[in-house]
Amino acid sequence: MTVSRRVLLAAPGALLLSAPTRADQQRLAAALLDFTGGQPMREGRVRLDVSPLVENGNAVPISVMVETPMTTADHVRRIGVFNERNPQPNVITAQFGPRSGRAFLATHIRLATSQALVAAAEMNDGSFWSQRVEVIVTLAACIEG
Amino acid sequence: MKRIALALFACCSIASADERRSGLLDMRPEAQAMQRDDSMNPGMLWVLDGEALWNRKPAPAMQSCADCHGDAAASMRGVAARYPAFDQASGAAFDLSGRIIQCREARQAGPPLARESHDLLALSSFVAHQSRGLPITPPEDTGIRAVRALGQSIYMTRMGQLDLSCGQCHDDHAGRRLAGSSIPQAHPTGYPIYRLEWQALGSLQRRLRGCMVGVRAEPFAYGSPEFIAIEAYLMERARGMEVETPAIRP
Amino acid sequence: MARVLLRVPTMTEKGSVIEIRALIQHVMETGYRPNAEGVLQARDIIWRFTCRYDGEVVFNAAFSPAIAANPFIAFTIIATQSGPVSFTWEGDNGFTQTETRHITVT
Ligand code: HEC
Repeated sequence: MTVSRRVLLAAPGALLLSAPTRADQQRLAAALLDFTGGQPMREGRVRLDVSPLVENGNAVPISVMVETPMTTADHVRRIGVFNERNPQPNVITAQFGPRSGRAFLATHIRLATSQALVAAAEMNDGSFWSQRVEVIVTLAACIEG
Repeated sequence: MKRIALALFACCSIASADERRSGLLDMRPEAQAMQRDDSMNPGMLWVLDGEALWNRKPAPAMQSCADCHGDAAASMRGVAARYPAFDQASGAAFDLSGRIIQCREARQAGPPLARESHDLLALSSFVAHQSRGLPITPPEDTGIRAVRALGQSIYMTRMGQLDLSCGQCHDDHAGRRLAGSSIPQAHPTGYPIYRLEWQALGSLQRRLRGCMVGVRAEPFAYGSPEFIAIEAYLMERARGMEVETPAIRP
Repeated sequence: MARVLLRVPTMTEKGSVIEIRALIQHVMETGYRPNAEGVLQARDIIWRFTCRYDGEVVFNAAFSPAIAANPFIAFTIIATQSGPVSFTWEGDNGFTQTETRHITVT
């Protein structure tokens, strides 16, 4: 099934990106709003590592690291990862504290298609930080079966 | 002077003589890392299941694999690197999974293991894992040579509505891209593999069925002499390359 | 019981940051995929992972269907004292599994 689909898709242009719809963008924005509770979120402090080009969307390694000493005075409380174009905008949300040692997590995720990923962090002082990364997926996750 | 020239020649001819590359190297670095680090490689979950099955009696009155073979790290080391093998008694070649099926039936008299079942994949991956890092060393008897020759002829035969042979993709166009994926050289170094597309472990024959369906050919049946012949030929083509089980593939 | 592969250091120095890695066998059926008959397959995912150590939850993550099959998670904790570290996965259809490892802190 898969190779035949690919043979048919071999026509040039098959990998061109279609732009995210307004609905996609609104869903992502709503999920981020839910995470921040309406507080402002700034770019920075968060590093989302993911390959800009992935060949199979079924298991994409990602890791998130936030710049913080992870002391009682200055630490990350939560890290959330969100996507623009899967059926659901949430990927993972994790809780941290001074006992974490580092504000770090790594996992393998599904990407239905090429899209933006956002990693967001909530600090203990109530500030929110984030990074957005665009990922191109050459073979989408098998969401359609 | 002459000696230096000779040494140079030797070095470079070795480099150019072996242009074979595992499908591992055709993957992006993140997928390679997933294979190389056991703690991230989901295929290891099947290997661990296989280890448990190896030590467990299929039924209380029956012997476990370990009862006969002992510690697999010693008794199964290098075994997968020598399969498929020709069995004089039955006059046919067995692939590794076929041998495990036969052992279960004939020696353990246990419930049969179906092709592509979880237990068979787990046991096959556990046994093959004992050869990880060892060079593929196919046997040289006349029985397996005949099987291999059949495998080679199937490999060279055009098939399906697309009228393509295995070799046309994997010898003539290896390294090129076919839509989203790059065409590997088709070395059977890592089987059973954890294929990201399947989100599970699967056999070489499952992989080959995918290629055959891809060219709109009717795939051979699991365990058929044709598939075992193709595997014997692919293993010869990969002679000397390292076993990687459980490999990750896209 | 689902097969689990954990990487947890067995021995470590007090105060050091240790990385833990956990893999578990699970289909993570998204709930968005039709079966051969075109009917959507019911969602069957692990939705929570929790690590407890030294009397407290030290890491806790909510998974969505976007987590890959056979979920992998890596995170760090500070080694405070010798004792058990437990890992619990909870999911649909009453899925729950806990594994425990012992770490020695010197
Ligand atoms: C139309 C081109 C094409 C044909 C014809 C074809 N294959 Fe493939 N084959 C592929 C592609 C593309 C992949 C890699 C798929 C992927 O990575 O998703 C592949 C993968 C493989 C692999 C996996 C290699 C690895 O690293 O694990 C093997 C083995 C293989 N093919 C053998 C065969 C055999 C044997 C035949 C003939 C029966 C065949 N193929 C016919 C395109 C083809």
